[in-house]
Amino acid sequence: MTAPVVELVNVTRSFPGPPEVQALKSVNLRVERGDYLSIVGPSGSGKSTMLNLLGLLDRPSVGEYHLDGTSTSMLDEKQRAIVRGGTIGFVFQAFHLLPHRTVLDNVLLATLYSGVPRAEREDRARAALDRVGLNHRLDFLPGTLSGGERQRVAVARAVVASPELLLADEPTGNLDETTGGEVMDLFEELHADGLTLIVITHDHAVSDRAERRVRITDGRLSELS
Amino acid sequence: MKAFFKRMLRRRSRVAAVPDTELTASAELTPSIVPVIRRADRFSVQDLMVEASYGVGARPSRLVMTTLGTVLGIASLVVTIGFAQTAAGQISNQFDAVSATQVMIEPASTRNSSGNEQAAGRLPWDAPERVNRLAGVERAGLVAEVDVEDQLVTSVPVNDPSAAQTLSPAVIATSPGLLAAVRGQVITGRYFDVGHDERADRVVVLGARAAETLGINRVDSQPSIFIGEVPYTVIGIIDGVERRANLLDAVIVPLGTARADFGLSAPTELHVQINVGAGTLVARQAPIALDPNAPENFTVQAPAAASSLQDNIQADINIVFLTLGIIALLAGGLGIANVTLLSVLERVGEIGLRRALGATKRDIARQFIVESAVIGLLGGLIGSAVGVFAVVVVSLLQGWTPILDPFVAIGAALLGTVVGLAAGAYPAVRASNIEPITALRGGT
Repeated sequence: MTAPVVELVNVTRSFPGPPEVQALKSVNLRVERGDYLSIVGPSGSGKSTMLNLLGLLDRPSVGEYHLDGTSTSMLDEKQRAIVRGGTIGFVFQAFHLLPHRTVLDNVLLATLYSGVPRAEREDRARAALDRVGLNHRLDFLPGTLSGGERQRVAVARAVVASPELLLADEPTGNLDETTGGEVMDLFEELHADGLTLIVITHDHAVSDRAERRVRITDGRLSELS
Repeated sequence: MKAFFKRMLRRRSRVAAVPDTELTASAELTPSIVPVIRRADRFSVQDLMVEASYGVGARPSRLVMTTLGTVLGIASLVVTIGFAQTAAGQISNQFDAVSATQVMIEPASTRNSSGNEQAAGRLPWDAPERVNRLAGVERAGLVAEVDVEDQLVTSVPVNDPSAAQTLSPAVIATSPGLLAAVRGQVITGRYFDVGHDERADRVVVLGARAAETLGINRVDSQPSIFIGEVPYTVIGIIDGVERRANLLDAVIVPLGTARADFGLSAPTELHVQINVGAGTLVARQAPIALDPNAPENFTVQAPAAASSLQDNIQADINIVFLTLGIIALLAGGLGIANVTLLSVLERVGEIGLRRALGATKRDIARQFIVESAVIGLLGGLIGSAVGVFAVVVVSLLQGWTPILDPFVAIGAALLGTVVGLAAGAYPAVRASNIEPITALRGGT
């Protein structure tokens, strides 16, 4: 049996006060390879903290986070950055494309920090853009693309370094229903190809498409259906 | 294509699929999840430069405004130093014309036990002949102060008790070749020659101002002056001895005459006219030629070598302009710091994104510090070029020779980089401390 991609064991994240705030309370979560998980919850419920922890951008106050079978608590900041670059892909609500760089450059950006060999960088960026159906937009600036296209560029950027885990934070929040649905279709295709997906959202229409749903309320995690 | 992509996605899975138990034992040393990455593959210097240049070039109009302060500061420094060097070159050119070809040799003086100055050596009477044989010497002439005791120098031997006592002109004895050696001209009549000297003829030549005092302005009537009660024939009047201007106020007699009439014991100065550049050589050789046994008994005033003359003047750079340049440079540095800080605040999203993509805090700090160093370097290069151009144009208009040490131009450009580096330090720290998720969720 292979180790789960994500395993949270009794994770608590508290922010020193006063008053002390416990954003996550003794959370246990196990995400197997190839899972498609959605985390729903109202704002202020601890979704951001969850995203921070899962994305190695923050450390739990108490508990253990095993990523790909390895405890992350013993990694120093530089190792965490390298693991983040190589193992985790991010998709954000606001796309976060660099406005002065072409679509291809934006995707290449992810290869800079993740250790993709220099010779492979461009081929892989083109392959990733081809995968999201934007190979005809390589030299466009993000400002000239539609919202859906921009998010697809962001998805290409997230997967170009072949991550273990794709973390999507409200990926459809800035999109209308149709284009949002197209992006979710893309996620499903990637999932079908074997990618492990965690989508954090407050939109039930989005979370309902996941195979497995988890609700987060007041820092506590509960399995849905 | 799809198959290739699947392979990409799966590749890491095989590597990382290690049982949990094994990990906890070995993970202390090298956690298996941390991929081994060649240095060249992860944010190398090349990547850093490319990213920084995009950051610098993203807003060209702002870049111009940002570099302006540095350009002004660097340019004013280069102009200040350039003009100081050019002026030093001009001054030393003027010096070369007169002073670089004159050497004066005197007997060294020592203090005896009672505190009086005493000449240690003695110039030989044939000193001009001795130094004329040296390479680089054009002409030479001796000068001696003549002590005429209380005798008055007058143009008429009338003792008029009612007339006010006037200060009589000094009497100076010279060798015949002196006039040429100090570059004087004869206004009227002639200078005495070797014949007058050897025969100790009672002839004098007057300096222009002494002639005026004595009321003599022409020599064709063979006027006489009296030193004490002895008449001397005036044979000429001289002018234009810049290097020994007291000759103009003096009554000049041949050395031979001074020895015969006033018991002159030794000459006091040897004036030598040399070729340009021979100063150091003559200064070393002349004392030996004058007295091979005791060359240290002479002091030589020779023109300094050109380089040391220039060095002295270059130290005298205009402090005011230098200060202004440094202030402008500081303002430029603050400008860079300000704009870089603004750019950090504007690019919070980009910084968060880069962190999420795997950039360390150091990677972020490096990028911003390189960006501001590049801005500083640009400002330094442009400022240096503007400064050099200004020095050349002004020199052209003034007819000067523009002189600028190339290291000043290069150093000024590098100074711009240093200013950029210093200015970028604080914004870079701010950038590296930005919380990624806050930045990423905050806005665009």
